[in-house]
Amino acid sequence: MLEVSNLHLWRGERHLLRGVNFTLFGGQVLQMLWPNGTGKTSLLRCIAGFLHAEEGALRWQGKAVAADRDAFHWALAYLGHETALKGDLTAFENLRFACALRSPPAAEHLLATLAAVGLAHIDPEQPVRSFSAGQQRRVALARLSLWGAKLWLLDEPAANLDASGQAVLAGLLQSHLQAGGMALIATHQGIELPGNDSRHWHSPQELV
Amino acid sequence: MNSRRNSSIAAATAILQRDLLLAFRRPGEWLQPLAFFLIVTVLFPLALDPELARLRHLAPAALWVSLLLASLLALDFLFREDARDGTLEQYALSGQSFTALLLAKTATHWLLTGLPVVLAGPLAAISLGASPDAVPGIFLALLLGSVTLSLLGAIGAGLTLGVRRGGALLSLLVLPLAMPVLVFGARATAMAIAGDDASGALYLLAALGVLAMTLAPLAAAAAVRISLE
Repeated sequence: MLEVSNLHLWRGERHLLRGVNFTLFGGQVLQMLWPNGTGKTSLLRCIAGFLHAEEGALRWQGKAVAADRDAFHWALAYLGHETALKGDLTAFENLRFACALRSPPAAEHLLATLAAVGLAHIDPEQPVRSFSAGQQRRVALARLSLWGAKLWLLDEPAANLDASGQAVLAGLLQSHLQAGGMALIATHQGIELPGNDSRHWHSPQELV
Repeated sequence: MNSRRNSSIAAATAILQRDLLLAFRRPGEWLQPLAFFLIVTVLFPLALDPELARLRHLAPAALWVSLLLASLLALDFLFREDARDGTLEQYALSGQSFTALLLAKTATHWLLTGLPVVLAGPLAAISLGASPDAVPGIFLALLLGSVTLSLLGAIGAGLTLGVRRGGALLSLLVLPLAMPVLVFGARATAMAIAGDDASGALYLLAALGVLAMTLAPLAAAAAVRISLE
């Protein structure tokens, strides 16, 4: 369970987030559909710990996040605007490295996940540099599902994805939620997740 | 779901392996400092009159200034690519020791850019008139000095991550910190070339290295963390 209460964030002279409150339970997803420039990315980066809130509390599984940041990070997967992939490595090598940072990977598992995000047909020797932006995003989605983190923080996860890519994203989210995971998503168009506990959040003032 | 958590050492090893693989795919970047070092040390005898005694006298200065500049040249791409493509953010969120991961990055960077220069150093010294007997002393001095410079440089590289075209600022930050290394390194090299016992200066150089090894990774990790804001 993630609890955010009365979060205030300043960026320079701007009071960007004025008392954000929400609670996210296992199996729930919260989609932020706020207008541009109202602090979606900042909220995600603040929860991830890159930005420091001036006021407010962040609690994970009932305990303050600041008390055990490593445990919180271990339970968290963040996918930002940058895909954090190395252009000179293949998709497989990128995933193998990303998994080694957290938990030891199994090669078959990596290949199966690449196939699951619709990259089964690509040449295994092909460097990620030569992938299209949408294909790179699919590799990043494969990494997300391999990490097995409990809380997903996704910043525009559907960017550059075609219709089948968006279906892959929705499928990953559904199995994540069914396994008891939770997700906070900044998005413009909203992701259809029929049969799941998905809430839309239209402006930072709205209480959730 | 994965429940087995890799140790920070395993994660640091993964960074080492990946960066070596990347360097193997793209050798141009890490060969630059070595080429720079060799060219500068070769230019010295061309610019001076090629009298061996005079060259030998200037060899320590030529070696150390070239080493310092080569290591500055290399520093600019220590963290920059990982910062641009979001990899640094993933390091910070991996639940592993950020300091250990960045130290692994710095160590790989030293293996690729510092070690080749250290290995080429005695050769350059001989071309500047040093006798082969001085090679062990010169090698040790360059080895200790270049490790220290990489560790100190990581602080500067971290601090200038947020700055566009931070190269000049990086030099301004790192050069003052590098001064003791230059002083003792050049002194040790001069003593080795003169045939004296250089161990005093080498011990001081090693002490600087130990100090940098204990403090610089923490400072570099703090500096990089600020840039992620």
